[in-house]
Amino acid sequence: MKISTLGYSIRQGLKNIRRNLLFSLASIGTIVACIFLFGVFYAIVQNVELTVRSIEDSLTVSVFFDEGLTDEQILKIGEELQTIPNIASIEYISADKAWEAYVQEMYHGDMEYVNSVFGDDNPLQNSSSFELTFRNIGEQAETVDQVKNISGVRKVNSSDTVANSVSSLNRLVGYASISVILILLLVSLFLISNTITIGISVRKEEIAIMKLIGATDLFVRAPFLIEGMLLGLVGSILPLFGLYFLYNAVTKYLMGHFLIVENMIRFAPAGEVFARLVPISILFGVGVGFLGSFVTTHKHLRV
Amino acid sequence: MIMLDHVTMRYPTVTALDDVSFRVREGEFVFIVGSSGSGKTTLIKLLLQEIKPTVGEIVVDGMEYSRMKKNEIPMLRRKIGVVFQNFRLLKDRTVFENVAFAQQVIEKTQKEIRRQVPATLTMVGLADKYKQYPRELSGGEQQRVALARAIVNEPKIILADEPTGNLDPKKSLESMRLLEEINRRGTTVLVVTHDREIVNLMQKRVIVLKKGRLISDMEKGGYLDED
Ligand SMILES: Nc1ncnc2c1ncn2[C@@H]1O[C@H](COP(=O)(O)OP(=O)(O)OP(=O)(O)O)[C@@H](O)[C@H]1O
Ligand SMILES: [Mg+2]
Repeated sequence: MKISTLGYSIRQGLKNIRRNLLFSLASIGTIVACIFLFGVFYAIVQNVELTVRSIEDSLTVSVFFDEGLTDEQILKIGEELQTIPNIASIEYISADKAWEAYVQEMYHGDMEYVNSVFGDDNPLQNSSSFELTFRNIGEQAETVDQVKNISGVRKVNSSDTVANSVSSLNRLVGYASISVILILLLVSLFLISNTITIGISVRKEEIAIMKLIGATDLFVRAPFLIEGMLLGLVGSILPLFGLYFLYNAVTKYLMGHFLIVENMIRFAPAGEVFARLVPISILFGVGVGFLGSFVTTHKHLRV
Repeated sequence: MIMLDHVTMRYPTVTALDDVSFRVREGEFVFIVGSSGSGKTTLIKLLLQEIKPTVGEIVVDGMEYSRMKKNEIPMLRRKIGVVFQNFRLLKDRTVFENVAFAQQVIEKTQKEIRRQVPATLTMVGLADKYKQYPRELSGGEQQRVALARAIVNEPKIILADEPTGNLDPKKSLESMRLLEEINRRGTTVLVVTHDREIVNLMQKRVIVLKKGRLISDMEKGGYLDED
């Protein structure tokens, strides 16, 4: 297709939108709603995921051994742990290190006092352990079972199920958003298709003549494809502005008003979220517009 | 240039063309005559591939219609300039825009359009009316706009489906002379007409259709009274 043709198609596409403003606005409206909700859910899911990940990172599980294992046997357990895919990191905590940490925590590092009570003894003699972190906290239970089955492992102290429920909540939000977005997507496609159909019927005679004097299929369809894509483009850019301000306002509000929130949940910076949300949304909007007009023109403009 | 081989076109209720065969050589000028409903417009629609024949083969400039792919149809149509029976001008566009439209849709550049459209309008004698809208023109003038649109891309073949009656005879002859001139430059011309006087005057080949059948095909013929 020539550049001049592209210019022509864009002009015709804009003309179509102007001629049929009401339906065009309705189409844009549903795309706006669609992208807006998508953006809201996307931001929520992103942030919850970030929180889950930070919990995952900080959440460690300790693996204790049967009494009297040799260093080689402990090493072997370590090797077996490495073969479990869901384990992200393994750190060996020697008995001395464990004792140091305990002293630090219980006696605030008051070595004089500790020495006076325990002397050179290490009461945690048998407390060397591996500290594990997981890749996916959702599969924690299964992984813990796997670890328990390794011979030589005495005890695995897995922690609470906070992360577990957070990540399943996240999944729920994900499913809910996908279903709402799918419904809105169908409504958008329907409205775009209607808008294009009206545009075609208004220009029916012109299109018929065009074809009879040698216009190609693509040439006839291009203005409508561009019309659809323009509707999608406008429909995706508008809500992105709204989302950007909303995101900043909401995160600022939450941080300011809930101290717990500040401690427990980390917010992804707006720049980071929108660096991905903007291209995805625009692609999504333009794609929906293109698809709607592609199918419609295919149906109505057969040679 | 044009060949019809046992072409039959049946609509659900009528047979518009019934086993019609003829050939037109490159550079010929042919009249198609016949009373209303004899199948003349159907013939033009078939040549344009607007409709497909029920039976038979059509070949135009070496392109066999039965074997043609969908994406070849625009290329075929670019070889043919058509003046439709009711002109089919775009009401919301000026004379200039109507003619330029034929160039736009086959992706000619603005430069070509600015050169060729005025030249063509001058040729059909409408240079001074380029800004007017179709409704502001007489029937004869509208026909010449349609003719300008048909010839502006310099097609190999021109098909003109003249409207029944209503045109000023002097004006009709003018546009017929124009077609003759275009024909003299090598374009194959097929004219559907009801104008007995013109057919008799021009002394060209005449094909007569009656109720979808080809009943006469004569060189340098006159208007045949079918009944
Ligand atoms: N789309 C159609 N569906 C059904 N019948 C049709 C259709 N088009 C034409 N016909 C019929 O086919 C026959 C031939 O029509 P056609 O338009 O070819 O006649 P014509 O010779 O051009 O007549 P006129 O001189 O009035 O223009 C007529 O009986 C007409 O009613
Ligand atoms: Mg007719």
